Parts: sequence; C-alpha cells; structure tokens
Amino acid sequence: MKAQGPATIPLVDRAYRIPLPALAAASLVLVTLALGLVFFVVPNDADQGFSQRIFYFHVSIAFTAYLCFGLGAWKALVHLWRRDPRADLESYVAVHQGLIFGSLVLVTGSIWAKISWGHWWIWSENQLVLFLVLFLFYAAYFMLRFSVDPGPQRANLSAVYALFGVVLIPVSFLAIRLAQRFIHPVVFTRHGPSFGGWMLVAYCVAQAAVIVLAYTLYRLELAGKRLDGRLRELREAFA
Amino acid sequence: MRYAADVGALARKDLLLELRARDTLPAMLLFVVSVFVVFHFALPARSSDLAASGLLWVAIVFTALLGLGRAFVPEREQRTFDGLVLAPCDRSAIWLAKALATLVFLAAAEVVALPVFALFFHGLDAATVGAVVLADLGICAVGTFAGAMAVATRARDLLLPLLFLPLAIPLVIGGVGASVVAAPGRYLAFLALYDALFGVLCWASFEYVVAE
Repeated sequence: MKAQGPATIPLVDRAYRIPLPALAAASLVLVTLALGLVFFVVPNDADQGFSQRIFYFHVSIAFTAYLCFGLGAWKALVHLWRRDPRADLESYVAVHQGLIFGSLVLVTGSIWAKISWGHWWIWSENQLVLFLVLFLFYAAYFMLRFSVDPGPQRANLSAVYALFGVVLIPVSFLAIRLAQRFIHPVVFTRHGPSFGGWMLVAYCVAQAAVIVLAYTLYRLELAGKRLDGRLRELREAFA
Repeated sequence: MRYAADVGALARKDLLLELRARDTLPAMLLFVVSVFVVFHFALPARSSDLAASGLLWVAIVFTALLGLGRAFVPEREQRTFDGLVLAPCDRSAIWLAKALATLVFLAAAEVVALPVFALFFHGLDAATVGAVVLADLGICAVGTFAGAMAVATRARDLLLPLLFLPLAIPLVIGGVGASVVAAPGRYLAFLALYDALFGVLCWASFEYVVAE
C-alpha cells in the first residue's frame, strides 16, 4: 500500500478512485432497478406472500451494515498500525454508515415482524436481536468518541473500540443462537429452497444497489469531513 | 519473571489501598444485598425459580459495574495514572493488575452474595457457581478495559455502563443459560471462549488506551 503524507493525498485519491458523481449516478440507477425488480418482476413468495419482498432490502442492508462495521474495524487496525489520522476518519465514517444501515435493519425487520406475526418486535429472530446489540454497542462508540477531545487519544480509543466490535459480532451471534435454546424453543423456519430465478436476480441487484449506495454515502461523508477539516486548518492559519 | 512481578506489585497496591480505605468492597456488598431485596419485591409471588436465576445475573453485572466504576477513580483523583503509564513496565500489566484486583473484590462480594441468594430465593447448583466464576473473569477483563476507556473521557462514570453492558450481553446469556438448562456444558464452554477471546484482545490493545 502507498504511504504518502497528508498533503499529497487528495491528488492520489482522484487518480485511482471513482469520482463521486459517477458513484451517485450508479447508485441511483441500481436502486431504481432493484425497486423495479422487487415490486414488479419478482413473483409473490409461496408462504409469505407480498410481505416477503421486504427481504430483498432487509437482507441486503444487513449484509452492507456488516461490511461497514468490518471496514471500520479494518481502518481502525490500519490506524493503530501506521498512526495515520486519515484512517481514523475513515474508520469513523465507516462505523457511522454502519450504524445508519444497522438502524435500517431494525426498522425493516420490525415492519416485517409486524406483518408476519403482528408484533413490532420478535426476540426469536436472531439477526434482529444481534442488530439490537450491535446498535447499542456502536451507539456507545459515538458517545465515547464525542466525549474525548480530537487528537491521537480519541483516535486510539475509537480504533480499539471499533476492533472490539468485530470480535463482538460473532461472539454475540453465537450467544444469541445459544439463547434460543432456553428462551424460544420453537424456531421459525423461513422460506425453503424455492429461491431461484428472478428472486435470485432481484436479490443480487438489490444487494449490489445497497452496497454501491453505502459506498457513495461513505465517500460523500468522507469528502465532507475532509473539506471541513481543511477549512478549519485554513481558518486557523489566517486567524 | 519480571512481568509477573510488575503485575503482582500493581495488584498489591490496589488491594492495600482497599484494605486501608475500605471504599469499594463494603459498597458492593451492601449494594448486592439491597438488589436481592428489591428483586424479592419485584418478583410476584408465583414467579418461577427460573426468573430468580435470571435476576442473579442482573445483580452480578450491576455489582461488578459498581466496583469497576471505582477501579480507576483513585488513579485520576490522586493523579497516579500518568505515573503508572510512565513506569518502566509493560502497559498491559496495568490492565492485568487492575483486572485481578477487581476480580478479588467481585469474588469477595460473591462469596457473600451467593449464599444470601440461596437463602432468599433458591439453592445454587455447581453449574451456576462454575458459570459465575467463568463470567467473573470475562466481566473483570472487559470491564476494566471499558473503565480505563471511560476514565479517559470527559463523561467518566456516565460512559462506563454504556461501553460495558453491550459487551456483557453474551456473558449474561451464557451465565443464565448455564443456570437454567439441564446440560450446561455448552454454556460453560461459551463463557470460557468469551474469556479467552476478549482476554487476549484486551491484553493486546490496552497499550493504545493509555498511550497518548
């Protein structure tokens, strides 16, 4: 990997990264295509009917949230390894996007639970409970980050906490699976092997759409935050 | 070994401070017994024993939280934290010593709390006691780490429960599971796995929490 000083970074960024307007256009096209496929092309699910369509987005968003948390932890590791303040900002933005998509998982999951079982919340859905735990954990990340003054210590604390997150995800998942045995002996079975054809296509498109959208938002927030930082530096220089 | 001697000296310092000042342990003891009394009235008359087993774990986590909140307070108040960080020892030794001292406090509180629980609610089996021991290791390892993080922030005590409780959820699941099911082996193994994973993680990354 390249290890330039902060001053040369914006040029390098432009050289090997897709420009933001292109990303925005790609996410618009993909999200529209996914919505079209999910609502007009895919047939109704045999067991669950129309409400099953929310899964194309619910599952894609959940996977994307994991990707964001993973990216946040990876950037955190890079920060601890190389003491690069840019990686700290990237880690923060990735976790922020992860929390936004994680909240969407909770919202879409609740809607689906309400339609399928008549309750806004069900403890027997492992994925949903895991996202609740992760939501609490990463919400505390922001509490931690914003109660430390900007600087190397804040970057270190945030990075270590983000690393704890990726260990907590599998451990919590295992724990919640174990908890099913004494809290909910009945395990709901979701749609069986009848997942093919247009359903698979729609899922893949929705997944790609959400990932591209998340990456666009990540880049946008990063660009905004960097601009903010530059502006502050310039103001301090002129003051 | 040098490392073990450092850890021993640091843990001894905390235990000695507690022996002289008696700040933490009496508070933990009083707290856990009060919590049991509150739980007695929180559980309606025909609640099952299983509910009480669950509440035991709530009491343990909150009692630990009380002790953990105090763990780094003397270091901040007396300004010894900078001295500890500057001391010519591995930084992880600070975490290990603090976790050991907290473990001693928590174990001492539980030596009283578990019999009181058995007296007030129902008897405890070997699996529950084993789960408490395993969970204590995890609570002290992760809790001390979270305490060191919280004390570095402006929010201090306010932040510790927020950082610690999401991390403690798997411990509560493992502990309650071991207390209520007939074959607790799986849950005890899970608790041991948690201790090992987070123990190594805390040990390896504590350096970055205290270093500027």
